[in-house]
Amino acid sequence: MNIAILSGKGGTGKTTVSTNLSTIIGANYIDCDVEEPNGFIFLNPSQIKREEVQVDYPVVDSNRCTLCGDCAKVCQFHALVRTKKDIMLFEKLCHGCHACEIVCKQGALTFEKREIGIIEEGRYGNLICRRGILNVGEPMAVPVIKKLLKNFPTGINLIDCAPGTSCNVVNSLQYADSAILVTEPSVFGFHDLKMAVQLVRNFHLPFGVIINKYNAEDDRVQKYCEKEDINILGAIPYRREAAEAYSSGKMIVELPEYKEIFEEIAKRLREVFPWN
Amino acid sequence: MELTVISGKGGTGKTTIAMALSELAKDVVKADCDVDAPNLYLFYKGRDIKKEYFYGGKKAVIDKKFCTDCKECEKVCQFDAIKDGIVNPFKCEGCGACTLVCPQKAVRLKEEKTADVYITQTNKGIISRAQMEVGSEGSGKLITQLRSNARKFSDENILIIIDGSPGIGCPVISSITGSDAVLIVTEPTQSGLEDFVRVMELCRHFGVLTFACINKYDINDKMAGEIGGFCRENDVYVIGKIPYDDTVMKSINELKPIVHYEGSKANQAIRKMWDNIQEYINRINQ
Ligand code: SF4
Ligand code: SF4
Repeated sequence: MNIAILSGKGGTGKTTVSTNLSTIIGANYIDCDVEEPNGFIFLNPSQIKREEVQVDYPVVDSNRCTLCGDCAKVCQFHALVRTKKDIMLFEKLCHGCHACEIVCKQGALTFEKREIGIIEEGRYGNLICRRGILNVGEPMAVPVIKKLLKNFPTGINLIDCAPGTSCNVVNSLQYADSAILVTEPSVFGFHDLKMAVQLVRNFHLPFGVIINKYNAEDDRVQKYCEKEDINILGAIPYRREAAEAYSSGKMIVELPEYKEIFEEIAKRLREVFPWN
Repeated sequence: MELTVISGKGGTGKTTIAMALSELAKDVVKADCDVDAPNLYLFYKGRDIKKEYFYGGKKAVIDKKFCTDCKECEKVCQFDAIKDGIVNPFKCEGCGACTLVCPQKAVRLKEEKTADVYITQTNKGIISRAQMEVGSEGSGKLITQLRSNARKFSDENILIIIDGSPGIGCPVISSITGSDAVLIVTEPTQSGLEDFVRVMELCRHFGVLTFACINKYDINDKMAGEIGGFCRENDVYVIGKIPYDDTVMKSINELKPIVHYEGSKANQAIRKMWDNIQEYINRINQ
């Protein structure tokens, strides 16, 4: 059972919900926000193992190359450019699709690998924690996400997705059985929630909403969920103690009030997405 | 002059600050390059004076009439996007390798509309913005288009303020390259620091003039100190420090930029930061 945690945008508390919930329900934690993976700050797993994420890139054998330029023409990503002297590669644009190799009549192209990020796996008690980290300066996160989600640990997995509704999120959603959307009651939060709802509906996933930074005066999220027949899984109020715990990298379930809230959410979750 | 406001991640107050600065600058063209969560225009009354489709990518399509199910395309696809003659559009990266190997010429690439691109005229100037199709890629190309649209409505004397993309990937790289200055908005939290380090490295990697601004610096003085120290070591000027202020939440909910709340502490700090930025801009222009 894989549960994806989404938010319309960053800063809504997606990582707070994922990390705290994973300890409460005993789920493995997988951080797919590979551009800013923050979950390990809170779970601080031990016995970390590392693995490289590599992508393919073409290398031109200048002895064979006749500079016909077919490879550059076929490349949809403009990663190869023909100059007077040689074929130049912009490696960060290359998707490793091998189309250039297919069209090269001289067999001048071969592929090598380079690292664009790493995968880390460690333990928090019995739970497995995994994250991907994209190297700074690398534009493409998808290969890291794909490798991260290739095999899942057994049990329940919480997938902490990238913010927004972009291709990075879509790639994570491919592997999810259900989703939790984290939102906050503000004009921005509400606007972004609607986009996230549209996305999970496209994937036909069962889902529910958690309202973070809950504020009793603003009930637009509740009204919307009622109208759209969306389950509300819980509401997390904003307190300065929680913000302080967060800012120093502590789990908010260490505060009794929040522990109770997360236990309620866990109960609700079992009603909404039955597992076992 | 183009000033791009970014943050390691969302929720640090980047849009609030980008908006406050553009209110203070008055004559300014805005570009909302936070295409994953474009919120800037929500603050203004406006009307779209131009709308265009943006084609951000291609996807393979198979014409079933010609397909003999030989699976050549499936074998060659590096992204596992083809299964039993069906293309999974979420996995397809539009490379076209399948079109090259199909003996039946049954596969072709089709342009995909990934966003609507708008020029919005508001009571406070032009906003260049986009609404992405849900699930599409917020590509660098789209950001480049938004920036060039903004440039069409400004001249050398008009400041362009860009509300940049979060993260360190393709969209943010396109938000900062060629920009005259970048302002990184960060928060004094453990994760804020980690994200800040990554995005600052990125700015240095691309060699852009970089400033930092610590938002809500007083929620954790120790962390704020660490970020400040980190900036000093790396020659990044902390151009503003903004205190925690409940009025900011209020301003978001009332859809009124923070600079219009006279008594607000955050407002005062942002105004001071704006003076500092202006001083810098003037020095650059001399
Ligand atoms: S297709 Fe082959 S021979 Fe032609 S330019 Fe490319 S590498 Fe050289
Ligand atoms: S290569 Fe062409 S004919 Fe063969 S399965 Fe693919 S689309 Fe069909």
